[in-house]
Amino acid sequence: MSADSEQRTIRCLIAKVGLDGHDRGAHVISRAFRDAGFEVIYSGLHRAPDEIIQATVQEDVDVLGISILSGAHNTLVPKVMAGLEEYGALDDTLVIVGGIIPEEDRPALFEEGVDAIFGPGTPMQETIDFVKEHAPERP
Amino acid sequence: MSRAVESDLVERLLDGEHRALARAITKIESQSPGYRDIVSELHAHTGDASVVGITGSPGAGKSTLVDKLAKHYRDQGETVGVIAVDPSSPYTGGAVLGDRIRMASNVGDMDVFFRSMSARGQLGGLSTATADAVKALDAFGKDRIIIETVGAGQNEVDVVKTADTVVVLVQPGSGDDVQMLKAGILEIGDVFVVNKADMEGASRTVAELQEMIHLRDDPRANLDTGHHGAAAFDDAGHGHDGHGGHADTGDTADTETDDSADDPPVWTPQVLETVATTGEGIDELVETLDDHRDYLDASGELAEKARKRAGEEIRQLLRSDVNRLLEAELDRRGGVEEFAEAVVEKETDPYAVAEDVLEPLRECLDDRDD
Repeated sequence: MSADSEQRTIRCLIAKVGLDGHDRGAHVISRAFRDAGFEVIYSGLHRAPDEIIQATVQEDVDVLGISILSGAHNTLVPKVMAGLEEYGALDDTLVIVGGIIPEEDRPALFEEGVDAIFGPGTPMQETIDFVKEHAPERP
Repeated sequence: MSRAVESDLVERLLDGEHRALARAITKIESQSPGYRDIVSELHAHTGDASVVGITGSPGAGKSTLVDKLAKHYRDQGETVGVIAVDPSSPYTGGAVLGDRIRMASNVGDMDVFFRSMSARGQLGGLSTATADAVKALDAFGKDRIIIETVGAGQNEVDVVKTADTVVVLVQPGSGDDVQMLKAGILEIGDVFVVNKADMEGASRTVAELQEMIHLRDDPRANLDTGHHGAAAFDDAGHGHDGHGGHADTGDTADTETDDSADDPPVWTPQVLETVATTGEGIDELVETLDDHRDYLDASGELAEKARKRAGEEIRQLLRSDVNRLLEAELDRRGGVEEFAEAVVEKETDPYAVAEDVLEPLRECLDDRDD
């Protein structure tokens, strides 16, 4: 089993939710993840929470990375989390959020089940290491 | 990893739980322990879906076309499964799977199950994994399954061959595509679609394709005048059919006449035009795909294909299993590097090494013969 988990390819969905049109960060992350040996699915811009839920469930990704720069995270993230819960995907998906998330909003997001939040300036390696370390064990 | 976990997963999948289907495909894709039990259990529940493979060079519009096809089937009340295969980096194993981005017509519709798979560099393993994932979708109860892949090499050709009907997508006015067709994809296409038909050079590409198809059919046509007649009829049908589409009725008639004359029906690959972004020509494509499915049924080729595919699957499995056995044997003997070193030092040669490693296996099999 241990040999298998070493070989296992980590699958990630990088998702842009909501109306902000800036995806340079999402692109950079996608590329860095790919170069780290992950399989990356990029959602494209302006996705609704429903689409993200559909993609996360169907693709059975280990990691969902949500990028939000619009400030709507308090509305959008809970919707995504509720959808994951509905399809039984919340427990074994690592959810990370990137973008502009004010300090005072973070506790509530962690409460929702977000595993980590990476703000601007986070070194790429830090994010990659976090994912490698925390990618869920699949039964 | 107990057998019970797999059985439970299969049960939930058959119950229609999306998460279970997704997890089953993950296990199949990563060949994690127990995936064989899953596929074995699923096998009995398969056979109801119609499977279409779509291939073409990058940028031909495959994903957009798949999106529109899926939408069409959904509008008919059918459920759809899509497997999109993308290349992965041979260096890091990483991949960016981007086709999902173009599934705009089916967002949030859980009855379109879209799954990206990457070519994880397993030798021939991709076609096995794809075929097994198709089984999972089939057993789940999907009516239509679409396999989408970049038509770049043998690996990908093997992948689309797991489909009943193969659609080859071509961009207009690019000589390179026709070059690609020469390289072998022409033989596997049942339906050719010139996408972006609103672009310059589309009609020329259609003409070139038709010429190649008829060249391909020529040897048969010369032997059998009846079929030659059918081909000519087909040709005429397309002659006055500049905008693509209405030739279908003529072709169906073809098949039927052949049938009633106790001749096995013959399928002449069709050339259609579409503009996937606007949905133009999708109706005709769906019709043609259904025609081909009817033809497969009527001619008995569907059953024949299934047999061939099963045979190929058995061979593929055996190949990879034996391969694994031999890899383990190599490791037991100190790894391939040691042998390689010896070969480079001219102490031995690759043939002698292979013979040496293989010998116990051969002996064992020979013993069983007695």
